[in-house]
Amino acid sequence: MNLFTLALAYLRSRLLASVLQVLLLAIGLAAIVVMLLVSTQLADRVERDTRGIDLVVGAKGSPLQLVLSSVFHVDSPTGNIPYAEAMKLSRHPLVKKAIPLALGDTWRGYRIVGTEHALVEHYGASLASGKLWSGEMQAVVGAEAARAGGAGGGPIKLGDTIIGSHGLVDGGAAHDEHPYEVVGILAPTGGVIDRLVLVSVETVWDVHPLPPGAAAAAAAGPPAAAGAAPTPAPKAAAAPARDDGHGHAGHSHARPAAKAGAKPHAHAHAHDHPHDDAPAASRPGGDAAGPGGSAKPAPGRELTALLIQYSSPMAAAQLPRLVNSATAMQAASPAAESVRLNRLVGVGVETLRVFAWVLLVAAGLALFISLYGALSERSRDLAMLRVLGARRGSLLLLLLLEGLLLCAAGGAIGLLAGHALTEWLGRSVPALSQWALTGWTLAPGEGWLVALALLIGAFASMLPAVLAYRTDIAKVLARG
Amino acid sequence: MTRIARRDNLRPMTVLEVNALSHRYGNATVVEMPAWSVAAGEPWLLLGASGSGKTTLLHCLAGILAPTQGSVKVGGTDLATLHGSALDRFRGRHIGLLPQRLHLIDCLSVLDNLLLAQYAAGLPRDAAAARGALEALGLAGRAHERPHRLSFGQQQRVALARALINRPTLVLADEPTSNLDDGNCAAALDLLLDQAGRSGAALVIATHDQRVKGRIERRVELTGGMAVPA
Repeated sequence: MNLFTLALAYLRSRLLASVLQVLLLAIGLAAIVVMLLVSTQLADRVERDTRGIDLVVGAKGSPLQLVLSSVFHVDSPTGNIPYAEAMKLSRHPLVKKAIPLALGDTWRGYRIVGTEHALVEHYGASLASGKLWSGEMQAVVGAEAARAGGAGGGPIKLGDTIIGSHGLVDGGAAHDEHPYEVVGILAPTGGVIDRLVLVSVETVWDVHPLPPGAAAAAAAGPPAAAGAAPTPAPKAAAAPARDDGHGHAGHSHARPAAKAGAKPHAHAHAHDHPHDDAPAASRPGGDAAGPGGSAKPAPGRELTALLIQYSSPMAAAQLPRLVNSATAMQAASPAAESVRLNRLVGVGVETLRVFAWVLLVAAGLALFISLYGALSERSRDLAMLRVLGARRGSLLLLLLLEGLLLCAAGGAIGLLAGHALTEWLGRSVPALSQWALTGWTLAPGEGWLVALALLIGAFASMLPAVLAYRTDIAKVLARG
Repeated sequence: MTRIARRDNLRPMTVLEVNALSHRYGNATVVEMPAWSVAAGEPWLLLGASGSGKTTLLHCLAGILAPTQGSVKVGGTDLATLHGSALDRFRGRHIGLLPQRLHLIDCLSVLDNLLLAQYAAGLPRDAAAARGALEALGLAGRAHERPHRLSFGQQQRVALARALINRPTLVLADEPTSNLDDGNCAAALDLLLDQAGRSGAALVIATHDQRVKGRIERRVELTGGMAVPA
């Protein structure tokens, strides 16, 4: 028996009200925690994933969509761009580094990206095991994809084969006839590359050998993919008819990113591939968003996007304008689009914030009303405590302790619930799972939330506690 | 019996000593008591009609109310010299109060009510002593029940056990028999006298109950606000 157990006993004696107050506070705090976790993780990711990428060049359409699809790998691309044009741009003097991306398929929800070794280097990833791809149909798997993706649920191993499915969401037609061999697994970076499966650009081209015409539509259209995947993957196959002999456009540029450093691509780019000959028009996936790409009737290989790093600050003024006006392509700045994204998300976050604060104020009020209302009914108990020898200060402490205990419980439950909810959101809400949200991390400012919860408790119980302190015991006892 | 103890004739074991006490609310004097002395182990009655100031006097004796004038000494300590928490502590350790309305803490078990009395007085919690007290009052089986589940008589016994648990030198009971029928009245009185006697405490029973009068000889009559030991 002490003040602590006495406070607990009083809380228990009005269990319903206590639980209600704890819940109100917990919900308010959980909302704030979710908000903090989501916004800091998104901001972190945006910051990390856009670092070093000054410009994204892709098909015309929504610039935000272009950045989302090519930098964060969450939205569907805007379309495709002609490989030749992309190469021309990558050789521009204002371009320091240009990394090609060819999208179109996924493996268990992880995107298969046709690119160059420069991408691995750019994201600062290192190999956990194996080697980088050196030939076609070789894949290097990002850490997170590797962890989740092995047969039977275990992690994937070197030498395993993986089969991509068409489209950027699960459920597309499987490319059964094109298994990739896992030759490397990347160490975790915490960035977007953890969730990617990397192959060479040529591999992507080879996997998408569409027969002329209709097949394209078929391939594009697993209905599940309808929303997210008008897969404008570089139907690389969009080659002209049997140009076996001569310098097939795509062919000669085994290294699209001329400036990106040495590409050890074994350029055995096989033109014996039977389907290398689909006309460009067969590029599936309607690409409503990407008139640029699809409008291009010219024969040739295509890419989805080019990640560009400027060679000089001057480029920021010139290059986007050049791309947007002089080519059929579109240039989008990840930084600018991130700001736009923040503004869009900001409205929701702001709403949640207001909601959370209203809940917290309500919790504080409910606690105050409950403690204050119970005071007259408890005045005899309090007086009796004094008769038994308790000091005035003990009564003050008792009431404060009740408020603080409730708020500590609400705070603890709120924080746990906030983390659990974030983890659940990250796992279960498809739109968010792509952002790799996790509840297993602390957001800055959570310590303040604990302090805030206790402060609410202290404030709400202050007046009742002072009134308890001032109880006139003779009067209360004489009243009987 | 009942001679008025004069100041120059104090017995060594004087537990309660009142001198020239008066208490006023505003200008109206509620209660006055020229002099009174109670020795250890003595039972006293404080007799008076309802509203005669019994409770006020009792509160003055318990250090709950500071008298407007005069002094109250308990165990030789003048209550007026104690302030704030020192007075609370002193009261908790030396004075046991059995209020008319009992005021048991209902969210605590019977046993915890006793432990609370120890805690509030700043004494170590002695569960064995508390259980022993309950057992002595026939409440051993109810230790873990909430007070409101008990009969009034049982509750009164719990309150008595609580008043005695810290072995006070002075026990003050306010109308302990007013809610009881004749049989229970006699039993409660027996219990009070017995328990107070065992612990060697002086006992002051404030009452207007005629049934009590035959049992205790020492008495203070309170008429018109004037308390005179008879």
